[in-house]
Amino acid sequence: MDIYLDHNATTPVHPEVVDRMTSVLAQTGNASSVHRFGRLARRMVDDAREAVAQLVESSAANVVFTSGGTEANNLALCGFSGQAVVSAVEHDSVLAARADASKIPVDHKGVVDLDQLREMLVGRDEQVVVSVMYANNETGVIQPIAEIVSLAKKHGALVHCDAIQAAGKLSVSMRELGVDLLSLSAHKIGGPQGVGALVVRNGLDPEPLLRGGGQERRRRAGTENVSGIAGFGVAATLAADRLSEFASIAALRDHMEHRLSDAAPDAIFHGASRERLANTSCVGLPGMTGEIQVMTLDLAGVAVSAGSACSSGKVTPSHVLLAMGADDETAKSAIRVSLGADTRAEEIDRFVDVWSDMAGRRSLNNEKRRSVA
Amino acid sequence: MSGAPTAVYLDHQATTPVDPRVLDTMLPWFSETFGNAHSEQHIWGRQAADAVELAREKVASLIAAEAREIVFTSGATESNNLAIKGAVRFAMRHGRGKHVVTVVTEHKCVLESCEALVEDGAEVTYLSVDHEGFVDPVAVESAIREDTVLVSVMAVNNEIGVIQPLARIGEICRARGVLLHTDAAQAAGKIDLDVNAMMIDLLSVSGHKMYAPKGIGALYVRRRPRARLLAEMSGGGQERGFRSGTLPVALTVALGDAAEIAQSELAAEGVRLSSLRADMLAQLRSRLGEVIVNGSMDNRVPGNLNVGFAGVDAEALMTELPELAISTGSACTSASVEPSYVLKALGLSDADAGASVRIGFGRYTTPGEVNAAAEMIVEAVENQRSGNSARAAE
Repeated sequence: MDIYLDHNATTPVHPEVVDRMTSVLAQTGNASSVHRFGRLARRMVDDAREAVAQLVESSAANVVFTSGGTEANNLALCGFSGQAVVSAVEHDSVLAARADASKIPVDHKGVVDLDQLREMLVGRDEQVVVSVMYANNETGVIQPIAEIVSLAKKHGALVHCDAIQAAGKLSVSMRELGVDLLSLSAHKIGGPQGVGALVVRNGLDPEPLLRGGGQERRRRAGTENVSGIAGFGVAATLAADRLSEFASIAALRDHMEHRLSDAAPDAIFHGASRERLANTSCVGLPGMTGEIQVMTLDLAGVAVSAGSACSSGKVTPSHVLLAMGADDETAKSAIRVSLGADTRAEEIDRFVDVWSDMAGRRSLNNEKRRSVA
Repeated sequence: MSGAPTAVYLDHQATTPVDPRVLDTMLPWFSETFGNAHSEQHIWGRQAADAVELAREKVASLIAAEAREIVFTSGATESNNLAIKGAVRFAMRHGRGKHVVTVVTEHKCVLESCEALVEDGAEVTYLSVDHEGFVDPVAVESAIREDTVLVSVMAVNNEIGVIQPLARIGEICRARGVLLHTDAAQAAGKIDLDVNAMMIDLLSVSGHKMYAPKGIGALYVRRRPRARLLAEMSGGGQERGFRSGTLPVALTVALGDAAEIAQSELAAEGVRLSSLRADMLAQLRSRLGEVIVNGSMDNRVPGNLNVGFAGVDAEALMTELPELAISTGSACTSASVEPSYVLKALGLSDADAGASVRIGFGRYTTPGEVNAAAEMIVEAVENQRSGNSARAAE
């Protein structure tokens, strides 16, 4: 039986979400049409808007549905003029959206350097948008968003938070955090691929990325993806209900890391000394590239990843680990193991066995290489 | 379905139902064989990627393109934004022109994309159409300037269903070295489209106008000669850098299947829809006397009818017909009370435009539904007219 430990890349759609989408897909209606078919579709979209708003403690009117997290991040970053200041460990969709952005460095634990951020904000006379992710997709490291917000507000900067990996894994409150813009993606929380949202604080109006009809209060043109949005709504409600359950995954993850560490005492757990997402482990195995590890595990029926899915085709070392001070070789030897709410202990045991075996053969290979030399 | 319609749905230009065959093939991709198509290092990802590539081939086949020329998007609005803003911004960045030629009857998202370019310093020429809804290829040719980057002409109009002379326009654009983009949201799967024969460089497709779900579309981007675009969404570099973001696997599978079905059934379905439409028009005319058809009836997709009933308020007509889903214009702008800019471009007065409705037939429309709908419309028009004359007599 294949074991899926790549939940930060995408999650299976929750059965209740599939049920909801299946029933929505059986109905016809453009949410902008004024007839009853259209009004019914509109109601489905609005119900989901309410559910998504509740997941992050905002109001429905602030939710702008998009085609996913990448679009939400692009809308946030490109929707305002002025300077962008982003952390060095952001997702590619933030980094690439504003190639001109200044980068806030992180420490070796993966946390943004607040002193550096303060320096970067002092004396700016144009509008600044600060973008820092809630939790990192590769290491799971959680950023001090509340402190970043208070610092940014002091200097009149807007704050965008990519909460794509954090939402559904821990409690995210737009109200408490005080962020101005927050990105979400449905397929990271048991919803479908192809839908996400940018939650925009009252009174802010990003310049739309997509122009056309007046959908989403003129913030995002295009016929609403009614079934996807409805599915996102159900996933948001389920995720909110299951937050404490999700937090308990940490015990399984920690157990896993202990066993990995026993099998290979030289294994490195990136970001493990900081508060992390309960499900994420970024493990380095010195002497073996992440690519080889992922392939070996794949042959044994275990799915993990080397870095984020979007860039997993590349062989360049993770920009996240490099920013944390890892050298190229260390960064290249890491894999990401990300558990799901339904991951079972037996699955973790099986993964640990395969991994340990791989780590053991690694020392054999190294010895062989030494003896040949 | 709850709360719902035994009502007749004749608004297939706004959106179509999802074909049950499409639904069957897409559903397993949500849960059974889920995966991120970009996680190609493991089996889940590879299965997803294979499914996406198969879908890409099917979409390409529908328009006689190559699979690697298809970029999946979230829908036609995104495709049109990417094609128009992407091509012109790329050209402007490289000092290769800044002028766009388009038509006044284009979809809102094409016109708005052009407006966005004007804010960037581009210039736009809006061509008018004749009383039947056609743009004159000669006018396209004379509008092309030294600095023209792109001509954008829709294949089929969303309100009146008129088919533009794309092949002629394509020939002109190619000869002048200008890109041709066409919004084929209403055309794909309904008329034959061949990007090579028609010399189209960029072509937008929408899933939910051809019996796939909402939230998926595609943009054809020609490789030879290469159409160059600046991406609208940046990030992981998916879709060969044209469009970043995790691909929705289930939705791309759905679009592929919808394209395949539409292609295989195109001819027969066209005949069937033409006959339903002829039947509707005949019934309206025999009962109501003069019925004005907006737009050409000769070069028009078979599923579209747009008719005016002199002296009638179409908005009020729709309100009187809660059991019938038809529309007074495009859905995107249907919340607005302004008369249709498309109908006005044909030369209709505000009153005549405001007396017109769009009736859109689709794959599951039955002759019985057409009869029932005709009956409802006739009755409502007669009611309004007798009400009007009673008021006039008072």
